[in-house]
Amino acid sequence: MSDEPQSTLTHAVPERAEPQVAGETVLELAGVTVELGARRILDDVGFRLKAGELTGLIGSNGAGKTTLLRVILGLLEPTRGTVTVNGADVGRSVGYVPQKFMLDPDLPVRARDLVALGIDGQRLGVARPSRERRERVARMLGAVGAADFADARVGRLSGGEQQRVLIAHALISHPSLLLLDEPLANLDLHSARAVVELLARIAREQRIAVMISAHEMNALLPVMDRVVYLADGRAACGRAEDVVRADVLSRLYGHRVEVIRAAGRVLVVAGEGDDAEPTHPHHLDAEEH
Amino acid sequence: MVNAWIVASLAAVVGGAVGFFVVMRGASFVAHAIPNGSFAGAAGATLVGASTIAGLGIFSVGGALGIGLLGRRGRRDVATALTLVFMLGLGALFLSLSAESSEAAYSLLFGEVLGISANEIVPTLALAVASLIVLGLLWRPLLLDSVLPERSSGRRLLAVDLAFLLLVAMTTTMTVPVVGTTLIFTLMIAPAAAARALTARPGVALALSSAVALVTVWGAIALSYTTNWPVGFFVGALGACAYAASHAAARSGDGGPGRTAGRG
Repeated sequence: MSDEPQSTLTHAVPERAEPQVAGETVLELAGVTVELGARRILDDVGFRLKAGELTGLIGSNGAGKTTLLRVILGLLEPTRGTVTVNGADVGRSVGYVPQKFMLDPDLPVRARDLVALGIDGQRLGVARPSRERRERVARMLGAVGAADFADARVGRLSGGEQQRVLIAHALISHPSLLLLDEPLANLDLHSARAVVELLARIAREQRIAVMISAHEMNALLPVMDRVVYLADGRAACGRAEDVVRADVLSRLYGHRVEVIRAAGRVLVVAGEGDDAEPTHPHHLDAEEH
Repeated sequence: MVNAWIVASLAAVVGGAVGFFVVMRGASFVAHAIPNGSFAGAAGATLVGASTIAGLGIFSVGGALGIGLLGRRGRRDVATALTLVFMLGLGALFLSLSAESSEAAYSLLFGEVLGISANEIVPTLALAVASLIVLGLLWRPLLLDSVLPERSSGRRLLAVDLAFLLLVAMTTTMTVPVVGTTLIFTLMIAPAAAARALTARPGVALALSSAVALVTVWGAIALSYTTNWPVGFFVGALGACAYAASHAAARSGDGGPGRTAGRG
């Protein structure tokens, strides 16, 4: 069975020939459960992300998206379950773009300084300046379309520009997995589409797994290879057309929901009555094997 | 007089450099609380006949640890305020027990740079070198955590934050005898705030902050020497002038390299 992603993008030629095999599993979560006190934030979440694929992490506010990202990053220890990155325990090769935040507009840090910090910002001491380092940063800024504002203060960039700089910051260490927490929130439609297309291109050209969290999936639909749909800490995973269906989501939510498709957009709404099938919160995996 | 210039110059360079991160991290209240709390240490040292620098050192490190550890959960400003009032209370006690209270208190609050003796140069120099080495080591982690704290684990953030607080404590210890606990603020805040208005490059901003602090202190000593007005007045006044002038310059020249048009 073909595993080719249905993509609307045409530039599928990878520029960098990475030693990775197409479709290699980069991240695997199994039975991940997070409990904080009596609250269960994540409930038996399991899925796999593959190199070259773009996955949408979809769920409303409070569904557990940020918690899940923090578990993958190794910033939060799950109560139960395992997280494996590149076949090893959570390691360093995860790039992360945090949720939109306010930066001080007077911060004396240029876009290129922030990108350079992505190379080795966690190390002690001062980085030795070199031409190679400068060129690496300049290439990265160019790759995300941020060359024009490389010398501007990061706090004075627009939301879309900041996203590009943060993506460059996360990518410059050559991660095999890139996580983005709500990168499209607060972006206008045009900027959101540009960022999504950039991320889809990065996933394919650099052969890395990209996961984007969003409370609204429509901006991601044209490029999303897979979806991890979160509701109340439980997850349904698979291709968008297999997951975003009334029966699958009704089981996930535990009550009846309708999936309305109109004008190329998808709307998930609460359905009439409460006639959902008996819920089996676990094993909602719609993924083909 | 030469002693005063040397010690004051060291305090200015280090205060300006550390101030770069104080302003970047929004830690002005901490930079106020640690020096003011360390006042109690100096008062205690006077009481028991120990060296002022030792008293300042112990209390500023204690204050830094108190703020860092109490502030882990809950609000940083509340932890800072509680640490400050506890130390100030001790200071009031030590002063009341001490015979020569008002004179000693005045010099601690407002500094006595012109009265600095030769035997203060070596400990000040040692602290200055140590502070700059620590600052160099923390350069990248501090910069990264100040801009993107979301990327680091809680444990790492705490370690970097504690190291930063200890750096403020070291700077406090060497700077208080020069400008006093109340006016140390002008060396750690005004030069850094002025520098960041003039350049968008972090390394340049740090160096510029030290330079502004140095000019402020030199000018203040010279003016104080000629007018016989207190050094503290001139440090404060020149610091405020540097800040106002740099912001006016940044506005007229549209500040720093590259694109500056923003929604500022």
